[in-house]
Amino acid sequence: MLMPRVIPVLLFRKGGLYKTTRFKNPVYVGDPINAVRIFNEKEVDELVFVDITATPERRGPNFDYIREVASECFMPLCYGGGVRSLEDVKAVISCGVEKVAINSLAVENPDFIREAASEFASSTIVVSVDVKRDFFGRYHVYSHGGTRKAAWHPVEFVMLMEKMGAGEILLTSVDRDGTKAGYDIELIRSVSEAVGIPVIACGGAGCVADFSQALEARASAVAAGSMFVFHGRHRAVLINFPSQEELKGAFFNRA
Amino acid sequence: MITIIDYKTGNLASIANMLKKIGCPSVITSSAEEIDRANKLILPGVGAFDTGMRNLIALGLLEVLNRKVLEDRVPILGICLGMQLFVGESEEGELPGLGWIEGSVVKFKPELSEKKLKVPHMSWNHTALRKESRLFDEMYDEPRFYFVHSFHVQLNREEDILAETGYGYWFTSALERSNIGGVQFHPEKSHKFGMKLLKNFAEKY
Repeated sequence: MLMPRVIPVLLFRKGGLYKTTRFKNPVYVGDPINAVRIFNEKEVDELVFVDITATPERRGPNFDYIREVASECFMPLCYGGGVRSLEDVKAVISCGVEKVAINSLAVENPDFIREAASEFASSTIVVSVDVKRDFFGRYHVYSHGGTRKAAWHPVEFVMLMEKMGAGEILLTSVDRDGTKAGYDIELIRSVSEAVGIPVIACGGAGCVADFSQALEARASAVAAGSMFVFHGRHRAVLINFPSQEELKGAFFNRA
Repeated sequence: MITIIDYKTGNLASIANMLKKIGCPSVITSSAEEIDRANKLILPGVGAFDTGMRNLIALGLLEVLNRKVLEDRVPILGICLGMQLFVGESEEGELPGLGWIEGSVVKFKPELSEKKLKVPHMSWNHTALRKESRLFDEMYDEPRFYFVHSFHVQLNREEDILAETGYGYWFTSALERSNIGGVQFHPEKSHKFGMKLLKNFAEKY
């Protein structure tokens, strides 16, 4: 019985943990180290930690801080934000991080993924793909924290990334980010069916039933932000995570 | 004191972190002299079989490792690639392994399973114990561990198999023969389950 991974995504900016809606309006949700400790106690499968201001501020990763976060993580940790070179990847890994997520650089220079995957193994390199729908409902890949439209359709882009040696795709729907309105199932299905590597669905999860839908659409793993940091209608900040029993019930009663 | 062998194949900080958490002092080293003084060893490692062996050779560690493990019978725990290096050969490479345990390293064959399983096997998964071991002493119920690998060991002697895990079919996810233990999964990234296993290795060997 293989449990799909359920992954909290934590967004870090200016010394605190924030949660965005459609990549905008960051709301402060607490101290990152404290949140990591809580997720640790709750035995989450994996954590994604993203420095959302690194690329916009044109700076690299904050290695001291990553080291501090990693030392509290007794589960796999994926870091993203401001990674611009193979040296950056190496330095992030040496902080005690298992996986490095690349977003803007993968769009600008797809060959970088090939170099990084051959140097550090595919399973270390996660390509983070942010996607928005336009007025006509067409999907487009975005970079730089959802601010720059790339010339790629997500399906073409993930196929290229797989060819370059990416180990996983972290697929985020910018339109659903922070809304708890459910995943963009059509997007997840089209991307998951196009590649053999694992696709982690992200953006829109509001409850455990949403996870099941994404998995039915062939995502390999599910990620969420708001669902794990906000509680109730008034979005009170409360770090939470479903129990193994609850997840088992949701995943294995389907089909 | 546990000596973590640094042969330039990936992430050692996580192992040192978890040992620190359980209050076990550790040292990370590439030095043959320091390994020679060790009374407990961890051989970690992520990556390709040949790279691992080539690095051990280049660092001049083969002789001291063989002596410590086979003659002095110092307890050693191999993790992931570290465990795979214990056997004689790998489909992944051309160099011979350490050859302490009879067997080989083979690639996952997803076609042998009914479902189209993805390789690498990157997931939390369960282990089914095939014999008694101090490594699993007082282990929590339904232990689950984090795996990331495309290759796994296939052992010649059934009595060396400590645990198996199902991924399309059953493969050896832990091995043990006297002072030599190995796990395919990453205890350092497996919450209380991995912590318990490392604590057992630190305290009961």
